Amino acid sequence: MYNIVWLIPLLPLIGFIFLGLVGKKLKSESLIGTIGSATVGISFLIAFLMFLKMLSTPLEAPVIVNVYKWISAGYFSINIAYQIDQLSILYTMIVTGVGFLIHIYSIGYMHGDRGFFRFFAYLNLFIFMMLNLVLANNFLLTFLGWEGVGLSSYLLIGFWYDRKFQGIRIIWTGHAANKAFIMNRIGDFGFLIAMFMIFVNFGTLEYTELHNILVSNTISYQYSSAIGIITILLFLAATGKSAQIPLAVWLPDAMAGPTPVSALIHAATMVTAGIFLVARNSLLFALAPSTMNVIAVIGISTAFFAATIGTVQNGIKKVLAYSTVSQLGFMFAALGVGAYTAAVFHVMMHAFFKGLLFLGAGSVMHGMHNEEDIKKMGGLQKYMPITYKTFYVASLAIAGIPLFAGFFSKDEIMWQTYNHGSAIAWFVLALSAFMTAFYMFRLVNLVFHKEERFDHKHIHPHESPKTMTIPLIILSVLSALGGFLGIPYILGFWFSHNPNFLDNFLEPVFKDANVVLGFSENHQLGGSEYLFMLISVTIALFSIWTAYKWYYYDDKWSVPRKLVLKFKGIYKLLWNKYFVDEVYFTTIVDPLITSSREGLWKFFDVKIIDGLVNGLASITTFFGNQVRKIQTGFAQTYAIVMLAGAIILISWLFFGL
Amino acid sequence: MEIQVLFSLPLIIASFFAVFMPVFDAILKKNKQIIFLFTLLNFLLVIVADIFIFASPEFFTGVLKSGLENSDFGKFLSDAVSLGGYTSFFDLLFAIAGILTLFAAKDYLKKESYELKEFYSLVSFSFAGMLFIAHANNLLILFLGIELMSISFFVLSGFFRNNILSIEASLKYFILGAFATGFLIFGFAMLYGATGSLELKVIAQKISFNQVTPIYFALAIGLIFVGLAFKASTFPFHQWAPDVYTGAPTVVTGFMSTAGKTAAFAAFIVITKAIFLSNLVIDNATVNPPVIAITRNSREILAIIAALTMLVGNITALMQTNVKRMLAFSSVAHAGYILLGIVSNNSNGWSGIVFYAFAYVFMQIGAFVIVSLIEKENGSNLNLSDYNGLSKSHPFLSASMAIFMFSLVGLPPFAGFFGKYYLFLSVIQSGYLWLALVAVIASIISIYFYIGLIINMYFKEKEGEPLTVQCKTSGISIILSLIGVIFLGIFPSLLMNPLLNLFK
Amino acid sequence: MNNIPLEYYIALSGILFTIGTLGVILRRNAIIVFMSLEIMLNSVNLAFISFARYLGDTSGEIFVFFVMAVAAAESAIGLAIILALFRKKQTIYVDEVNVLKH
Repeated sequence: MYNIVWLIPLLPLIGFIFLGLVGKKLKSESLIGTIGSATVGISFLIAFLMFLKMLSTPLEAPVIVNVYKWISAGYFSINIAYQIDQLSILYTMIVTGVGFLIHIYSIGYMHGDRGFFRFFAYLNLFIFMMLNLVLANNFLLTFLGWEGVGLSSYLLIGFWYDRKFQGIRIIWTGHAANKAFIMNRIGDFGFLIAMFMIFVNFGTLEYTELHNILVSNTISYQYSSAIGIITILLFLAATGKSAQIPLAVWLPDAMAGPTPVSALIHAATMVTAGIFLVARNSLLFALAPSTMNVIAVIGISTAFFAATIGTVQNGIKKVLAYSTVSQLGFMFAALGVGAYTAAVFHVMMHAFFKGLLFLGAGSVMHGMHNEEDIKKMGGLQKYMPITYKTFYVASLAIAGIPLFAGFFSKDEIMWQTYNHGSAIAWFVLALSAFMTAFYMFRLVNLVFHKEERFDHKHIHPHESPKTMTIPLIILSVLSALGGFLGIPYILGFWFSHNPNFLDNFLEPVFKDANVVLGFSENHQLGGSEYLFMLISVTIALFSIWTAYKWYYYDDKWSVPRKLVLKFKGIYKLLWNKYFVDEVYFTTIVDPLITSSREGLWKFFDVKIIDGLVNGLASITTFFGNQVRKIQTGFAQTYAIVMLAGAIILISWLFFGL
Repeated sequence: MEIQVLFSLPLIIASFFAVFMPVFDAILKKNKQIIFLFTLLNFLLVIVADIFIFASPEFFTGVLKSGLENSDFGKFLSDAVSLGGYTSFFDLLFAIAGILTLFAAKDYLKKESYELKEFYSLVSFSFAGMLFIAHANNLLILFLGIELMSISFFVLSGFFRNNILSIEASLKYFILGAFATGFLIFGFAMLYGATGSLELKVIAQKISFNQVTPIYFALAIGLIFVGLAFKASTFPFHQWAPDVYTGAPTVVTGFMSTAGKTAAFAAFIVITKAIFLSNLVIDNATVNPPVIAITRNSREILAIIAALTMLVGNITALMQTNVKRMLAFSSVAHAGYILLGIVSNNSNGWSGIVFYAFAYVFMQIGAFVIVSLIEKENGSNLNLSDYNGLSKSHPFLSASMAIFMFSLVGLPPFAGFFGKYYLFLSVIQSGYLWLALVAVIASIISIYFYIGLIINMYFKEKEGEPLTVQCKTSGISIILSLIGVIFLGIFPSLLMNPLLNLFK
Repeated sequence: MNNIPLEYYIALSGILFTIGTLGVILRRNAIIVFMSLEIMLNSVNLAFISFARYLGDTSGEIFVFFVMAVAAAESAIGLAIILALFRKKQTIYVDEVNVLKH
C-alpha cells in the first residue's frame, strides 16, 4: 500500500502538465475544473487509505519509498524518496483535502476568467510542490518543494498582474508577487546554509539518518553550537515561509492574488511549511534549547503584534491575513515550548477554519463586485445565508468557543505555553486571543449584520453558486467538529486513558524529542488547567460581547470612534502596520539601491583610481595629470586597475613568503 | 585503432578543421551554406569522437595513463597534452557551445547582414584553441591555446566592422587582452625559471619536493593569476568584460562569455592542479616551506577575488537597463561562482566547475540567443522595457527566457541550482564557510535583476506595435539549451558521477 | 657571459616589462600602445632566454620562437583593428573611444 505513495504527488503533476500543454485548447471550463480537482481528489483518497491503514496497523518507524536516484555522486547521494509517517500523512491529507475543496470552489470563483486553465495548472503545480515538501525524506527534496511552492505562489499572487493593488510602494499586483518572492528568498538563504552545515556536520541530508545519528548521541549534541546555528538558520527559513517577524510583511501583500489562492496557499498550506520544517526536525530543535526560546519569543510576539494590527484594518482580506500571521505565531509559540503535537493540531484546525474564512470572504467579494472594504458592506446576512452561517461557524472556531475546532487546539497551545513556558507568555497569548475574537466578530458584524452600507444601485449581493457553497459547508462541519481529534486529557480522561487522538497518533514522531525535552507521558489532573480553560473561554466570550456591544448594539460605533480619536498615535501605528514596510524600505532597500547606483560604480572607478593615483607621491604629478582626465569607458583606466590589482596580488604573495 | 589515437581524435579533428577552414573558404567561394555545414560537422565529429572515448573501456579504468607511456607516440603526446579523463568533458562542452552558437549565428548574422564566411573560420580557430587549453600538459601548449582563442575572439568581437561599438569592443579587448597576456607569459617565464621545466608534470613534481626558487615561484603565481583572472573576467581584472560583451555581436558575446570563460577556467584547473599542493598536504604540514605558504596565500587571494567578483558583478548588474549589458555583468558574477571551485582545490570543486560550466553554457547561451532575436539592427531594442509584454506576443521565447533566468538565479530543478549547489558545498567542505555565505548573498542580490526581466516580460504591457521576430535556426539553439538546462536539473548525477571519478 | 649573474638579466627583463606596462597605460596613440605591448612580450623573451641559458635547457628557447610568432599575429590583428577604427572615426587615439561605459 505505502509503496504507491509516488502516485500522490504524481497526479497533480500530470494535471499541471496536461492543463499547461493543452488547457488552452479545452474550451469547457467544467472539464478543466474537473481534471484539475480530480487529480487532487484522487491523491487525497490515496492518502486517506494510507491513513486508515496506519490506524489499523500502527507504524513504528517511518516507511521510506525510493522513487528515483536524483544525485548519486560518490561522496554524496540523494534519492527522490518519500517518507511516510504520521506527520507526513497528516500534512498530505490537509494539503490534498483542503486543496481539493478549494479546487472545487475555484471552479465557481474563477468562472469566466480568461486564464481559467492557467489558474488550475498553477494550482496543481502548487499542490505537487507542496506534496514534495511534506513527503520528502531528505532536506534537498524538501528544499525543492520549498522553492517550488514559492514559485507557484509567485505565479498565483501575480495571476491578475495588471490589476491595481494598494500597498506600500506597491501599485500593481505584480509588485506584490515580487515582494513575496524576494522575502521568501531571504528565508531560503537560511535553508540553504543550514542544509550545507547539516551535510558537513552529519554527512547526510536524510531525515531518518539524521534522526538516528542524533538519537544515539543526544548527550554529546545537546548545546552544541553547530546545532544551534543550524536550527537558527532553519528557523530563519521558517520565518520567511510562515510570515513571522522579521519577514512577516509579505503575507498581507500576497492577498493581491485571487481569493482561493489566499485560502489555499496563504492560509491553509504553504504558510504552515515553516511549522512542518520545525516539526519534522523536532529532535534537532529539541537539542537546541536556545533556538527553542527564540522560536517561542518570535512566535508569541508575532501572534501579539499581528493581532493588534488586525483589530483596526478595514479590508476583509487584510484582517484575515493579519489573523493568519497571528495564528501562525500561536503555532510557533507551541513549537517553541516543545508542544509539537499542539502546533500540528492547530495547523490542521487552522487549515479548516482559516480556509473557510478566506473562502467565505471570497464568496462575499464574489457577490459584491470585488468590494473589499468592510465599511461598505453590512447586512449581507439575508443575501448570503450559507456564506453567513459558515463564516459564523469559522469565527466561533477561531475565537475559541468550546466544542469548536479552535477551542481545543488554541487552548492546548496556551496551556502548554504556561506549563512549559511562563505565565507572561501565556498572558500575551491570552491578550492575542482576546483580540482575535474581537476582530473576527467585528468583521462578522460589519459584514453581515445591521444596515446595508453599500451602493444599491451598482451592487446587488447574491449567494454564490453551489460549487462555491458546498466546500464552505464541508469546511464548516470540519471547523465545528474537527477539534474532537484532540480532546484534552482533563476533558476526556473518564472515557479513555488518553482521549487525545492526535497525541497518540503523532507520538512515534515526537517521542525522541519529548524525551530530550524531559516531557513525560503521564498526564496529571490539575485544578489549574481547568481554571486556565475557564479563563480563556471567558476571554473569548467577553471579547465577542465587546465586539457586539461596539458594532452591533451601537449604530454609531461610538466607542471605537472615540478610541481612535483618543489614541490617535496608536491607531496610526496600527493602521500603518507599525511602519514595518517603510522601515524596511528606508533602512535596507533604498540604501542598497542608491549605494550601488551612486556608490560602488562611481566610487570604484572614480574615487579609488583617482585616490590611488594621488597617493603615490613621487609620480603623482606625472601620473595624475594623465589619469585625472580619464573617466570610465577608457581601456587604459581599466589597465591601471588591472595593474593595481596585480601589484596587490603579487605583493601579498611576496610578503607571505 | 591505437587507443591514444582515439583519445587524441578531438584535438586532431579540431586542428584539421581549424587549418583547412580558410582553404575551404577559398574553394567554396559563395556557398555559405556548405561552410556552415562544415563547421557544424567539425563540432559533431568532436562530439562523436568523445562518445567513442566515453564508451571505450580505458576511459574510466585509468589504464590509459600507463598505456600512453608505453608507446613512442603516446610518450610524445603525454609530454605535451593530457588526454582522456576530465578533458574529454571539456571537449564536449566546447562543442556543444559551438553548436548552440552556430545555429543562433545563422539567423543573427543574416538579420544584421553580416553573414560572412570568415565567421565560421574564426569560430573554428577559437574552438581549437579552447581544446588545446583544456588538454594542455605543457606551458607552451597552454600559451598557444590561450592565444589562439583570444586572437580569434579579438577579431570576432570586432566582427561588425562598420559598427563603432563593435570596433570599440574589439580595440579594448585587444589592448587589455594583450596586456594580460604579457602578465601571463611573464609568469610562465618565471615559473620556468623557478622549476626549470615547461612540462606541468615535472613542475608539479618539483613543487611537491619543494625544489623551487621561492621568489620566482611567488612572482610566477602572482603573474599567472593576473593573466588567468583577466581571461576569466574576475575582479579587479573584469572591467573589460562588460564593455566588450556589450559591444560585440550578441552571438559572439554568448560564445565568448560561456565557452571562452570556461576555457579560462580550464586553464585555471590545469595550472592550479600542477602548482597547488593538495589540501591534505597543507592541512598536515608541520613545517612551513615557501610552497605551502604560497599555496595557502594564493587560495586566500582567490577566495577574496571570488567574493568581490560575485558582489561587484551582481551589484552592478542590478543597475543596468540594457539587457545585454546586464547579462554581461552577471557573467562576471558567474565567473566568481566558478572560481569557488578553484578555491576549494579538491575533486569536488573541480567537478563542480565542469558541472557549472555545462549548466552555464546552456542557460547563458540560451539567454543570449533570445537577446539576439529581440535585438534589432545596430544594437537597438536591447532595453529592459523592450521586453515588455513579450509573453503575449512570443510565449515560447518568454517562457524559455524565464526558465533560463530561473536557472541563472539558481532555482531548482534547473541545472543552475546544482551547479551552485556543488560549488558551494565544495567550498564549505574545504573550510571556507564565509565564502559560501557571500556567494549565497550575492545570488540573492542577483534575483532582483533576473526576476526583473521576467516581470517585464510577463507583468507589463507593451506600448506600440508588437515585435516581429525572425526565428528559424535559432529555435534549435533555444530548444537544445532548454533540454540541457532541464536535463541537467533532473539527472545531475549522470554528469557529476563520472566527473567525480575522473578528478579523483 | 657566464660572469654576469642570472639576476641581472631577470632584473633587466623586469625593467623592460615595467616600461612596456607604463607605455600601455600612459600613451594615447594606439600604435605606441602596440609597441609597448611588444616591449612587454620581448621582455618575456629575454627572461626565457636567460633562464634557458642558465638551466641548459632548450625548451625555453623554443618557447621564445612561439612568443615571437604569436606577437606577429597579434600585431597583425591589432593593426587591422586600428584600421577599422580609423576608417570609422578618423582617430587612432585610444582615449577617444569610450562610447561603452558605466
